[in-house]
Amino acid sequence: MSETRLIVGPFNRVEGDLEVRLDIADGAVRAAYVSSPLFRGFERILEGRDPRDALVIAPRICGICSVSQSHAAALALAALEGVAPTPNGRIATNLLVATENLADHLTHFHVFFMPDFARAAYADRPWFGMAERRFKAAKGESVTRALATRATLLHVMGLLAGRWPHTLALQPGGVSRSADARDQMRLVATLAAVRAALEEHLFGGALDEVAALTSVAELEAFVRGRRGDLALFLEIAEDLGLDRLGRAYDRFLSYGAYPQAEGRLYGAGTFAGGQAGAVDVAAIAEDHTFARMEGREAPHPPFEGSTFPDADDETGYTWCKAPRLAGQPFETGALARQVVAGHPLARDLVAREGASVRARVVGRLLELALTLTAMSQWVRDLSPTAPWCAQGRLPATGRAFGLTEAARGALGHWVQVEKGRIARYQIIAPTTWNFSPRDGAGVAGPLEAALVGAPVRPGETTPLSVQHIVRSFDPCMVCTVH
Amino acid sequence: MSRAASPAFNVLWLQSGGCGGCTMSLLCAEAPDLATTLGSAGIHMLWHPTLSEETGAEAVALFEAVLAGEIVLDALCMEGALLRGPNGTGRFHILAGTGIATLDWVRRLAARARHVVAVGTCAAYGGVTAAGVNPADACGLQYDGRQKGGALGADFRAAGGLPVVNVAGCPTHPNWVTETLMLLAAGLMGPDDLDLYGRPRFYADHLVHHGCPRNEYYEYKASAEKMSDLGCMMEHLGCLGTQAHADCNTRLWNGEGSCTRGGYACINCTAPEFEEPGHAFLETPKIGGIPVGLPTDMPKAWFIALSSLAKAATPERLRRNATADHVLTPPQVRDIRKR
Repeated sequence: MSETRLIVGPFNRVEGDLEVRLDIADGAVRAAYVSSPLFRGFERILEGRDPRDALVIAPRICGICSVSQSHAAALALAALEGVAPTPNGRIATNLLVATENLADHLTHFHVFFMPDFARAAYADRPWFGMAERRFKAAKGESVTRALATRATLLHVMGLLAGRWPHTLALQPGGVSRSADARDQMRLVATLAAVRAALEEHLFGGALDEVAALTSVAELEAFVRGRRGDLALFLEIAEDLGLDRLGRAYDRFLSYGAYPQAEGRLYGAGTFAGGQAGAVDVAAIAEDHTFARMEGREAPHPPFEGSTFPDADDETGYTWCKAPRLAGQPFETGALARQVVAGHPLARDLVAREGASVRARVVGRLLELALTLTAMSQWVRDLSPTAPWCAQGRLPATGRAFGLTEAARGALGHWVQVEKGRIARYQIIAPTTWNFSPRDGAGVAGPLEAALVGAPVRPGETTPLSVQHIVRSFDPCMVCTVH
Repeated sequence: MSRAASPAFNVLWLQSGGCGGCTMSLLCAEAPDLATTLGSAGIHMLWHPTLSEETGAEAVALFEAVLAGEIVLDALCMEGALLRGPNGTGRFHILAGTGIATLDWVRRLAARARHVVAVGTCAAYGGVTAAGVNPADACGLQYDGRQKGGALGADFRAAGGLPVVNVAGCPTHPNWVTETLMLLAAGLMGPDDLDLYGRPRFYADHLVHHGCPRNEYYEYKASAEKMSDLGCMMEHLGCLGTQAHADCNTRLWNGEGSCTRGGYACINCTAPEFEEPGHAFLETPKIGGIPVGLPTDMPKAWFIALSSLAKAATPERLRRNATADHVLTPPQVRDIRKR
């Protein structure tokens, strides 16, 4: 058995920079080591500042998860202040977070993920002509059309949040901008335009039908005879066996998304071994054993966390820490969110094939249909003359956390304030979970586990199977290390 | 001015110590969209981290072909700050798959480029990545905050003769970037078209205050006191729109947006060192009740005199609406024949 090593990077069509080291034997990946090669140190940048400055600094961790970072910071500040958003503030915040989530799902599918199937290496496949016409990187019909739909969708941000990315509209007590009845009509029109585009080109059918699918069998029946991009993806997935590729631990985490008057649209929890459970936030800790970070002696709960880079460390192979929940790695993202929330299609997908490349992609597209439908209702629920932003007062001392769901999954901020200043700020982002390195027990992170067994063709320097698996997570590398 | 017969204007886009938000914003280009806009000027994206097919070894081969002079590089676009740490090694960002610091790649590629464009405040001056203790020793391409220098040095001139073109903004407006590239491709941007901090004057010769829908509140010093209030945010809520160089309120973002239209302060994100205002971003520092930062080109004595006069003259309508989150008192409708 001959073993070879491949170092793959720069890994583009992911947000940020990524390197993957692969040990290959017998035409398959035997071990994978995932490296986040960029360190900026936002947690340290935040120290010593007025806590409210987190609303300016934290979103700038990431240009694609900007509103989610802003939301986590606002939630942490709200918990410190003991303030709750007004109903309008809650609904408008949901609209902003949802807009970013959906824009990211659109970007991922059309711009990041699908162009790999338009590569010349697939020229012999029966679907190649269609894939190339629709998804050739940067210029395929569906790529450019999706960017136009995304730009239209982001008008929600222009109207309610001034701009995207990097808005200050999300505040602990709600939002900074009110909307009137005319704004509601404009939002109705914007969301209707997005719905029409998705129904015609992505799904080839009504959003309601997609949202109502309860099983893989129904999904496959739904796309039969349709010409949408979902049907094309499922055809490719079947031909390439994407339902058997990229499975990790099938252990899912979601902090829950979109608070309603009661409960959340997508509930919080874990799902592992077919069992749903609650998230024990106190059981979250970050292991530094294979991160180039000081503090390797024991895992750190985020309230006691630290970020001191150690560039001379020989053991560490990434700037990314290894978050674990009760000592175990978890996968997070749209599929995890829908599995935890109990959507029957998502549950059926993971029961049959686990979190495969196909399941992760379908999870995102399913969520596009579900969330867009909810948004249309939220716009009607806004009440223009009711208050938009509750006012709170920050204590001089205290600590709190804020948990939200970014497009890519569970995002948490833990902040400690002393003498009116940020004394400690720790962030665990979705891709920190998904792309974590090994921990002190030698347990690989979810992507590292998902890559094991991926087929490598002779002569490949950047194996296609590896690219599909990596991109199926929709990684955000700038959030990962921050 | 057709370039139909000319070769394409080749752009290579790299990212380092930033958030990728300037690219995310660029993809919001509309009417026409990004591909059409760039195509109209003969601009060809050699490689872009978000858009291109080539990954891993394919991408590195392309960078090496540029270094070898096999591919003409008309513009190197850099997004994100350059990271010099730790200890000057640049190892806080090794360009994946190459074992070489991105800082080194950028220095070598910049030497091959006809133009070098800093996209965003991080690439221009260091930006938020250089805030606080600046853990990664971040700087801009040709500035370290307000000081000239940075990764390429104060004396750097690209082969085309220009210093680094600083399309500052956090993030950049999509059209600031596309119009800069189009002007460069058309040969229409010279040294005099850049301002003191190397920003294209087509957007930096404006102030965010221009076109702000809160101007009437500003005129009468009818001020917002808390987030979601409709009044002018200069007096209490940290707004720097009267000092910030950008056309945000006349160009607009994502349809019909801007920061002040979104109900929050302009934090002057096109300026070097905006990340360290020396006070909380959403609070206006004052001495003797007078904001420390005065409107651009306005003498202090006049500001004080006009402010007190304006406050005395504030119509009741503006006084009421300024601290409300929706209009309580609309402007009076008058019979225009009875003046």
